[in-house]
Amino acid sequence: MKEPLIYDLSSPGRHGVTMPEPDVPLTELPADLLRDDLDLPEVSEIDVVRHYLRLSQRNYAVDRGFYPLGSCTMKYNPKLNEDMARLPGFAAVHPYQPLETIQGALAVMYEVQQWLGELSGFDGISLQPAAGAHGELTGVLMMRRYHLDRGDEKRTKILIPDSAHGTNPASTTMSGLNVVEIPSDDRGNIDLGALRAECDNTVAGIMITNPSTLGLFDENLEAVIAMIHDCGGLVYGDGANFNALMGIVRPGDLGFDVMHFNLHKTFATPHGGGGPGSGPVGCLAHLSPYLPGPIVGANLDENGEHMPGDYYLTMPQKTIGRVKAFYGQFGVIVRAFAYVLVCGSDGLRHASEMAVLAANYLRVRLRDTYHVPYDRVSMHEFVAEGHFADAPDIHALDISKRLIDYGFHPPTNYFPLIVPEALMIEPTETESIETLDAFAEAMLAIAREAREQPELLHDAPHSAPVKRLDEVAAAKNLILCCRPVFNVDEGK
Amino acid sequence: MGYLPHTVQDIKKMLDAVGVERVEDLFEDVPESVRYPSILLPDGLSQMEVAGLLEAVSQENVPGAKTANFLGAGAYNHFVPPVVDHVLSRGEFYTAYTPYQPEVSQGTLQAVFEYQSMICALTGMEVSNASHYDGATALAEAVILALNQFRGKRRKIVLCPGVHPEYRQVVHTYTQGMGLVIVGESDCYVDVGRITGSIDENTALVAVQVPDFFGEVNPLTPVVDAAHAHGALVCVVADPISLGMLKPPGWYGVDIVVGEGQGLGIPLSFGGPYLGFFTTREKYVRRMAGRLVGETTDRDGEPGYVLTLSTREQHIKRDRASSNICTNQGLMALAAAVYLSVMGKYGLREVAELCYHKSHYAAGEIDKLAGYELLSRNPFVKEFVIQCPIPVEEINHHLLHEYDIVGGFDLEQIYPDRVNQMLVAVTEMNSKLEIDDLVQGLSEVSG
Amino acid sequence: MGEWKTPDDCKYTRTDEWIRVEGDEAVIGITDYAQDQLSDLVYVDLDDSEIGASIARGSAFAEVESVKATSEVAAPASGEVIAVNEQLSDTPETINEDPYGEGWLVRIRLSDPSELSDLMDAAAYEAYCAGRE
Repeated sequence: MKEPLIYDLSSPGRHGVTMPEPDVPLTELPADLLRDDLDLPEVSEIDVVRHYLRLSQRNYAVDRGFYPLGSCTMKYNPKLNEDMARLPGFAAVHPYQPLETIQGALAVMYEVQQWLGELSGFDGISLQPAAGAHGELTGVLMMRRYHLDRGDEKRTKILIPDSAHGTNPASTTMSGLNVVEIPSDDRGNIDLGALRAECDNTVAGIMITNPSTLGLFDENLEAVIAMIHDCGGLVYGDGANFNALMGIVRPGDLGFDVMHFNLHKTFATPHGGGGPGSGPVGCLAHLSPYLPGPIVGANLDENGEHMPGDYYLTMPQKTIGRVKAFYGQFGVIVRAFAYVLVCGSDGLRHASEMAVLAANYLRVRLRDTYHVPYDRVSMHEFVAEGHFADAPDIHALDISKRLIDYGFHPPTNYFPLIVPEALMIEPTETESIETLDAFAEAMLAIAREAREQPELLHDAPHSAPVKRLDEVAAAKNLILCCRPVFNVDEGK
Repeated sequence: MGYLPHTVQDIKKMLDAVGVERVEDLFEDVPESVRYPSILLPDGLSQMEVAGLLEAVSQENVPGAKTANFLGAGAYNHFVPPVVDHVLSRGEFYTAYTPYQPEVSQGTLQAVFEYQSMICALTGMEVSNASHYDGATALAEAVILALNQFRGKRRKIVLCPGVHPEYRQVVHTYTQGMGLVIVGESDCYVDVGRITGSIDENTALVAVQVPDFFGEVNPLTPVVDAAHAHGALVCVVADPISLGMLKPPGWYGVDIVVGEGQGLGIPLSFGGPYLGFFTTREKYVRRMAGRLVGETTDRDGEPGYVLTLSTREQHIKRDRASSNICTNQGLMALAAAVYLSVMGKYGLREVAELCYHKSHYAAGEIDKLAGYELLSRNPFVKEFVIQCPIPVEEINHHLLHEYDIVGGFDLEQIYPDRVNQMLVAVTEMNSKLEIDDLVQGLSEVSG
Repeated sequence: MGEWKTPDDCKYTRTDEWIRVEGDEAVIGITDYAQDQLSDLVYVDLDDSEIGASIARGSAFAEVESVKATSEVAAPASGEVIAVNEQLSDTPETINEDPYGEGWLVRIRLSDPSELSDLMDAAAYEAYCAGRE
């Protein structure tokens, strides 16, 4: 059953909200500046509530079921965190209020900076970046500035493994640097020979996702990092997969110079149907002066103790500048703070351990049916191939769409690019063994259907609110807005 | 911890299936010397304890909800109808992923499509994307669009001093590796003639803000005409609430309209998460960054929505993508869609006019005070500048402690020539009583 | 798979463009293999502002877009653009249907015909495509 557009529910004269009459004397309006029409819906409050509630029911969501989306860490979003972010003392605070009125907000940010540093082994943290890709841009700009500051102007090359997320090369280009792609070896590690050939005095750095998007901890990691440092480059960590490593290993200890975190993956804040995220950046001491800001500082006494009232905002000395207005996605940061307070250090480590165990459990349950090209102990996710030699017309996409009929969200498709027909599966630690088993059974049943009733897969999903959608028509005949558009040339 | 479901038996069963004895055995690829570090974080607490602790920390803030708030400067205390947060609290919305699988994401996709449509209506533009991180980053993406439109041949950007100072700083941050010349922002006062005079054949984009950072509505036509005469694009940074009454920039023929959508149903939340809206002309749609929802049909011919033109984006274009943006502000875009629906055609106009009448009343009363002067000479909607007799910081201290009032923004922090100038924001949330208290408080510190 | 048209009257690049010489002019497009890899084309970024521009061998002068990918089109040889196929902006699928005919992209006046000598002929290009499968 389709849901009409909100505009289609509109009826002239209907109001959703009534505003109060002005309680001050009126001032004449500036007639020549006023618009004579505002094309918004005319609906009552109940229309709005029912419309968006019915739309919500056309979504899959973590609160509905299992989301094995590789690289996305779709773990459960605790409800406590939602309530905490909505406390009036957090939600109703203006970012430019005087320092004495925002000590609580600064205390939260300071604590989050401290424990992100502790968890990662980094000396400096900025909470300002708004999302993972934003953190990457931040990190690459910091690396660029570091070299320039030292008069090392020829370092314009960023090395990026071929399994990387597309944001890595895109962030590099945006920073004005050049991308050089490094292939993976046959165990899914960064190819050391190819890397060595690129290591020279033009290397600004390397961007490493570790565990990689294949779900593997790079067996050559120490050698890779040493090689980059030996040629004067810096090592960037894409923290998208940090959910495998909390309390297991600290990127700073491994020699990473700078890394972003995804609070909306690792620290259980909700994805919100595409955002908001939050992408804090951490770094070792030599890069700390370049962090974006402002960041939160604290006045400490001689024992290292700080008192309420002692927090302040400060701009790092050689900062690359602001990467957004204000200080970061504060509401998201509060949620992450509440999550960490509940977990504690043992809980975070246990979360990573269970995430890795769950991924390996699914890998082992599926590997006889779905080819796993890099079949060794994985971290929090693994990549299988979604095709069968004896059912050549079945693609990863068909398997994914059929999973919807079984009540599961599809895994990540067609990524990483180096695995054909990739199905990238990340179960996360919050799913029970019963859920993992049910998912595995569904995958095995679909593999049988692929041979016996392939049309079931080709036509899938059968149970979703809509059938497969025509993406070619959408791109060719662009309909991006449902209303008539003001025509500048005609003036109406 | 209640967030993890695994019993001892479950763990044993999984370990057996994997063929390892202990969980630690799964981490042998991690170099042993750094494996299992000691992490100095507090022990976990119960939810009850965490709720108590955070409640206490939050009370160390003085929230705008409890006090009269006259602070704006890019983030505003507007009314949020309760229906907005009730919709946002639906788990089906806020725990959903990015709608890459359209068959199970029609709720998010249709809501974003409606958001795009309403933002187009508000700005008078042809296409809107699914949002950016905030107004500042939306402006930075507008700069990049313009550079790409001229394939890098035009290297100059004119930024008006009336554009929010933090937005301008973000433009500098984003473009630091691009070899641009950014001009126009060194003044402390907006001079339309100086802006138009600095536009030339090398200019890719002219960015102005309406109302500007000081609250004033400067004429747009001279800027648009001068920019287009030189073939440059024009971007307007707009305030969405003011657009409830003002003619939208799209009607003046501008090429890009961006802005901060926080006023559209999103709480102040100490600066984020907010909503960067981004609109442009259809002819520039392929140069626009960010996610975009389009209408199409399914195999049965039924209407449906998909993310479209995704080949512009980083996951396909990689190092050739013009922006690295991936995450948008999906839930905030939903908030704006619900807000604009429930406010509707007349409600938003009413909000804008309430801001207008209340701010003019406040400005008029302050202007009468000895030692104070209203400096705003052009029309304004909800924000204006007053000359104060003593430093703004001292005034604000008095207002906070004597009247429970959060005073206006101290312009001297950013614009050194604007000594003792306060930017005052008045919205529909400020009662006459609060305004009279503010005026009374100001009168007591006239130096 | 492996069934792509490779007309004998064209020369081919390793980046999957074709060029057909007609006197001192030449027509350029993308190959049948390229359109097949891209799948349904939805947009061609090429307009008549290119007319009169000189394009250098190996440099990108247009971009074609499907729902799966975008691909830059590089010039197989240098020259001055004398015509562009303006039909493609409305019907990009023409490239899928007739890549060597109605789906042509630009016509140029060759500035250095000797550049053509190291391009592949049809047989070499066919083998090159087969090798990539």
